[in-house]
Amino acid sequence: MAMTVRVVERPKRTFATQIFLIEVWKGLLVTFRHLFVNLARHTAYALGMRGGEPGAVTIQYPEDPAVLGKRARTRHRLLKREDGAPRCTACLLCETICPAKCIRITAENAPSVGVEKRAKSFDIDLGMCIFCGYCVEACPVDAIHMDANEVEISRGTRQDMIWNMAELLGDVPKAPKVPGAAR
Amino acid sequence: MRLPFSPVDVLWVVVKVLFAIVGVGLNIAGLLGWVERKQSAVMQDRIGANRADIFGIKILGLFHPIADAIKMLTKEDFVPKGVHKPLHGLAPMISLGCGMFCLAALPYGGVVSFAGRAWSLQPIACSVGVPLVLAALAFGVHGIVMAGFASGSNYGLLGGLRGAAQMVAYEVCLASSLAGALFIYGTLDLQQSVLWQTQHVWGIVVQPLAFILFLTAGAAITKRTPFDLPEGESEIVGYHVEYSGMKFGMFLMTDFFESIVVCGVITALFLGGWAIPGLNLTAMAAAGGTTALVAGALMVVSFVFKVMLLLFLLMQIRWTLPRFRFDQLLDLGWKNLLPLSLVNLLVTVWGVYLWR
Repeated sequence: MAMTVRVVERPKRTFATQIFLIEVWKGLLVTFRHLFVNLARHTAYALGMRGGEPGAVTIQYPEDPAVLGKRARTRHRLLKREDGAPRCTACLLCETICPAKCIRITAENAPSVGVEKRAKSFDIDLGMCIFCGYCVEACPVDAIHMDANEVEISRGTRQDMIWNMAELLGDVPKAPKVPGAAR
Repeated sequence: MRLPFSPVDVLWVVVKVLFAIVGVGLNIAGLLGWVERKQSAVMQDRIGANRADIFGIKILGLFHPIADAIKMLTKEDFVPKGVHKPLHGLAPMISLGCGMFCLAALPYGGVVSFAGRAWSLQPIACSVGVPLVLAALAFGVHGIVMAGFASGSNYGLLGGLRGAAQMVAYEVCLASSLAGALFIYGTLDLQQSVLWQTQHVWGIVVQPLAFILFLTAGAAITKRTPFDLPEGESEIVGYHVEYSGMKFGMFLMTDFFESIVVCGVITALFLGGWAIPGLNLTAMAAAGGTTALVAGALMVVSFVFKVMLLLFLLMQIRWTLPRFRFDQLLDLGWKNLLPLSLVNLLVTVWGVYLWR
C-alpha cells in the first residue's frame, strides 16, 4: 500500500508577520467580530426576540437538562427477559472483569429449566464505579446496560451510593438525593 | 504662625487621593473583574459567571466581584513554612502601594475656579509627573521579585526572576517611546501635556507610532497576557504561588491598578486627557460658578470614559493573544520596540527643530 504523503508548508516568516502588528490586528478582528455579534444576539434575546441564533453555546446545566451523547455511558440498568425475570444468570463475568471491583453478586439456583442460575442479589457500588463499560462488554446474556441516561447519582452517604438489584431493574425507585441529608 | 499651606489645601488633597484610589481605582478594578469574565465569555461564545445573586437579583453577574472580595477577605491568610515572613508580607504592599501612588498622580481634570479658589483636579500635581509615574511603576516590580524571593518556592522565584527580566525588556522602551511626545509638549508634567493637547491636537495625531509602542510596553507592564510571564499560570504558577487570601487579592488588584494607570497615562499623553472635542473645558472651568462645576464633572467623566475604552481594548488584546515566549518577549523589547522608539524620538526631535 502506497503511503500518501502530504507536505504541509510551514508558514513563511515574512516581515509582515514578524512585526506582529498586522497579525495581532487580524486576531483582534476575529475576537471583536465574535464579541459584537454575540452581544447583538444577547441583546436581541433580552429584548424578547426569541428564535434567533443563540449568543452562547453554554448549557445552563441544573436548570436545563444535561445533553448526553448517544453512546454515553451512564448509570447501569439490569434488563429483564420477556417473562419478566432478570436476564442475569449470575455468571460473575462482570464482577470478574470489573477493574474497580464495584459489583457484588450472589447466585442461587434458578427455578426455571432454561437457565441454571440466577442472581440472588446484585449490588453495584456507584461510588466506586469508574464507568468503563467492561461489565456491559463482558455480559454474555445482555443483562446489563449502561444506558439509564441518569448522571445525577450522587447521594449523601457512601451506603446510599450502592444500588441493589431491584433498584437496578427499575422495580423499586432509588430514594432521590436529598440535599443536605448527609449522615 | 503662618502655615505655608491652608488646611483646605490639605483636606482637598486627601479628598482627591481618596477619590483616585477608592472612587476610581477600587471601583474600576472591581468592575474589571466582571468585565474580564464577561468579555472573555462573550467573545468565546460562552455566557460567563452569572450565578452570584443577592435576594435572587443577578444583574448579569455583577455581584461576582463582591463575592470575590468577600471570599478574599475571609479566607485564611496562609503563610507556608520556609518563607521569609517580613518580606512575604511586605511584597504585596509594595506592589499595591506603587499602583495606588500612580493612580493618585493621574490628571483626572484641569483646574476649576470655584468659590474664589483654584481647585486642581489632579490629586498629586507634580512638575515631573511622567517620570514619577514610570518610576513608581518600575518600583512595583520590586514587589514581584520580593514575593518570588520570599516565598521559598522555586516556582515563585522563577516568577520573580521572570518579572525582573521582563521589566528589563520593556522599561527602556516605555520611557523612550514617551520621550518624543514629551519633547513636543515641552514638559514632563501630565497636566501641562493635557493642556498642550487641548490647545493644539491630540497626541495620537502627532505621535501615532509612540502610541502603539507605549500601548505594547504598557501591556507588558501590567503583567497580563500576552506578557504574563511572571505569572504564567499554565507553566509556573508564578510569583504569587505561595500567597492566599487578601495578600493574593492585593497582587490581583495590582494588575488591575496598573492597567488603569497605563490606560490613564496613555489617555493623558495621547488621547487628550480630560478634554472633550468641541468643548472648551478650560474656559468653562475658569468661568466659576455652576459652569465651572459642570466643567469639572465633565473633565472627570471624560477622562474615566477614555480610560475605560482603553481598558476594553487591553482586555480584548489580553483574551486574543497567547503568551509570548521569553526570548520572543526580549526580542520584541530590545530588537523591535527600542529601535522603533529611538527612531521615533530622532524623527520627532528633527521635526520639532525644523518646525521652530
